[in-house]
Amino acid sequence: MNTLIINNLRELEAEAIHIIREVAASFEKPVMLYSIGKDSSVMVRLAEKAFYPGKVPFPLMHIDSKWKFREMVEFRDHYAKENGWDLIVEYNRVGFESGIGPFTHGSKVHTDIMKTQALLQALDKHRFDAAFGGARRDEEKSRAKERIFSFRDRFHQWDPKSQRPELWDIYNARVLKGESIRVFPLSNWTELDIWQYIRLEKIPIVPLYFAKERRVIELDGNLIMVDDERMPKEMADKASMRKVRFRTLGCYPLTGAIDSEADTIEKIVEEMMTVTKSERTTRVIDFDEEGSMEQKKREGYF
Amino acid sequence: MNKETQTLADIQLFLDQDQKKDLLRFLTAGSVDDGKSTLIGRLLFDSKKIYEDQLSALERDSKRIGHAGEKIDYALLLDGLKAEREQGITIDVAYRYFSTNKRKFIIADTPGHEQYTRNMVTGASTANLAIILVDARTGIITQTRRHTFLVSLLGIKHIVLAVNKMDLVEYSEEVFNQICNDYKDFVTRLSIPDIYFLPLSALNGDNVVENSENMSWYKGKNLLNFLEEVHVVSDRNFEDFRFPVQHVLRPTLDFRGFSGKVASGIVREGDEIMVFPSHKKSRIVKIIGTEGETDYAFPPQAVTLTLADEIDISRGDMLVHPQNQPRAERQFEAMLVWMDETKMDPYAQFFIKQTTNTTRARIDQILYRVDVNTHENGECETLSLNEIGRVVITTNKPLFFDPYQKNHSTGAFILIDPITHNTCAAGMIIDKMNPTELHSRIVDPETRRLIDEGKSLINSNELKKRYHQKGITLWITGLHGSGKNVLAYTIERQLFDRGATVVLLDGSTIRSGLTRELDHSPADRAEQMRRVAHVCRILNDQGILVICSFISPKEEIRQQVCEIIGKDRFHLIYMDATLAYCRENKPELYKKAEQGDLQYLPGINETYSIPKQPQLKLSPDNLKQNMDTILNYLQNQDIFPIE
Repeated sequence: MNTLIINNLRELEAEAIHIIREVAASFEKPVMLYSIGKDSSVMVRLAEKAFYPGKVPFPLMHIDSKWKFREMVEFRDHYAKENGWDLIVEYNRVGFESGIGPFTHGSKVHTDIMKTQALLQALDKHRFDAAFGGARRDEEKSRAKERIFSFRDRFHQWDPKSQRPELWDIYNARVLKGESIRVFPLSNWTELDIWQYIRLEKIPIVPLYFAKERRVIELDGNLIMVDDERMPKEMADKASMRKVRFRTLGCYPLTGAIDSEADTIEKIVEEMMTVTKSERTTRVIDFDEEGSMEQKKREGYF
Repeated sequence: MNKETQTLADIQLFLDQDQKKDLLRFLTAGSVDDGKSTLIGRLLFDSKKIYEDQLSALERDSKRIGHAGEKIDYALLLDGLKAEREQGITIDVAYRYFSTNKRKFIIADTPGHEQYTRNMVTGASTANLAIILVDARTGIITQTRRHTFLVSLLGIKHIVLAVNKMDLVEYSEEVFNQICNDYKDFVTRLSIPDIYFLPLSALNGDNVVENSENMSWYKGKNLLNFLEEVHVVSDRNFEDFRFPVQHVLRPTLDFRGFSGKVASGIVREGDEIMVFPSHKKSRIVKIIGTEGETDYAFPPQAVTLTLADEIDISRGDMLVHPQNQPRAERQFEAMLVWMDETKMDPYAQFFIKQTTNTTRARIDQILYRVDVNTHENGECETLSLNEIGRVVITTNKPLFFDPYQKNHSTGAFILIDPITHNTCAAGMIIDKMNPTELHSRIVDPETRRLIDEGKSLINSNELKKRYHQKGITLWITGLHGSGKNVLAYTIERQLFDRGATVVLLDGSTIRSGLTRELDHSPADRAEQMRRVAHVCRILNDQGILVICSFISPKEEIRQQVCEIIGKDRFHLIYMDATLAYCRENKPELYKKAEQGDLQYLPGINETYSIPKQPQLKLSPDNLKQNMDTILNYLQNQDIFPIE
């Protein structure tokens, strides 16, 4: 008798693939948002599997805030080329030309213009009616109640109070012109599941996740890496070499590193199991104000 | 082996074991007062502690947060959204995640207060098990019954009745037993195969993740142990192979694959399959799973199947084993949970989504509404938010389904509002309808044709059965004063008394409105008769017996009337009265005409042509005899009464 038991990882995988296929079959113009992070890497692999041996029927899109770690951009271009992905890279031209950046304008303005606004512009420009995101419910409190198919109005706004009920594995894919759906195939995955899957499937990830000697400065309790010459000189001058790694990846001036010796997935998991801080604490944007992630989501951020 | 290598080996072992664990999705129902948040908080917190302890052997030096004396507000740990924090209530289903050495868990945390039905149903739809919380001090209350009913409605097979706050009843075994017995009494009416009774105190941690010393009389498992060990695999349907095609893969000319999730049953390479709705057969050549090609697939795996033959298959079609077929019907009965703020418009055409199929649907009938508190059924016209009803639904094209109780994956559906596109209801199919039971409001092609041609959907046989009569017209002709109206009114009364459905038309009723602008000139008289004849025809079409009393003096007019009404429906009765008799009856009228004060009086200054072949010719003298003649005639002609 063959086994009829599915382990948790394969069950989550099947669920995610079902979701990805459902979107491909139900929407006219879906896109997969690619943040180059570990969750995105898992999501992208799931999409590849969902349509194997065919090609994924939608493109990848990266919203480049122009302040990403250089290693992320390299990784992105390499991965897309290597795996035959149709990659769209968009950024906020006006913002970029006005020189918006976290050092000069602060994290709030930078995130709003170079991330949220850039994303909304790109979604409008391409008229995408469904956008995949790699968010997980266990990441942050406001995500615990987010739907897998999360409805957005014409202004890309999320209304947490009037979310569509979501039952079984039957997803409501109906939208009117201009409205859209954000889809989160990894909703039910935990951070450990992501690492497990990366390990199991040998999914390549940006090397920044692994501990290495890096040039960092201490800024308001965060370890910020000196990734390019745009960091003000007086700050960069204080940098020192420390063995650090990143638990999440974003704009380099807004993403704190942690002291770590973990240079393999096993060691990362070990570290994760024994470190009790939740992973988003290394993201500077969350501290702006109470409920700030929820606020950003309402405004259209992922 | 040094310490570091040992650690790494341990981690690897841990990860290898961890990924083999299965997943249990469960629901928690109960209100804040029952200590639900505290219970969940404790499960998350204590299990995490235990989980981490696994690694403690290798992490002796690692710093650990101290729990002792630390007061944790568990509700704060759980509540997600800003609005909720402000209102202090949980308004939506929240999903929580935790693991132990044996299993991974997803909790659907559903609030007990507002919108309980919508949220509970949502949470329950993906759960294998439900924890229903009861306060030991209050025991089984209305809310407990409501939660249990919803859990059984959604077909959850395992319930843990968690009797919480045992510390507040001095850990009394008697109190616990009483509550269990009360629960058993009422739950027998619902079909829930597995119920586990558990006394606990979430606040103090009794029987949550460790067995309580305060309740040594309790010999069962603690909550976490139970959750780790409960057997749920067999809840899945492995009997009936159903594969709703989700996406057709055509990457190259020589590859055609059908992607989807195995909804139920097992499929193996080489299996003969049948496609719904085409009923075409083929064989499975390849099963491509997420780890490459595989010999067999089972739920909930997502796979791609290739077939031996080129068959036209698209999204929404279903692959099954030919010897085990689903229902393929347009009409079925279902339990419907209304989830929209706007109440159901029973006349709207909804979108229905079931498996990968989307089509239009209408509610044909609401059989009854269920009171979730008392479980009693009541009549209703519509369903409002959080109401549950048993309904009959008709869809535009056939759905391939099984009863929900047998197969959740193919028996579940959602209704989507046609305008707002909100998910307005969740449905669970009970079974197909007996086709003779109901007449659909959704139009099939034949019905469409009839409507387009302006033909009634009720055929003449159905009308005959209903009215026990044929719709015909008794047309009484005769001179003024010949006794037509007396005859007409009397026969109307007689027929009505015998159970006939009858309408009487005569000059005064018609002239008061329908032919108000017409006079008695031959041309206007002809027009009047034409209109009356059309009214007769419409009424006869509806199965109604019509009695007409009109002079209708000319043969051509009567001929035209007969053609309009239809030869077999037009029954002419001639009141054969002499002019003298008539004159005696209506002296004033005839006098006027004879003096030239009145134009167009048949028999005087207008011709009355005597009918050549009336069905009945009556003399005005004997009313009773005339009645009998007519009634006999109707009976002999098989017009009325018909058994």
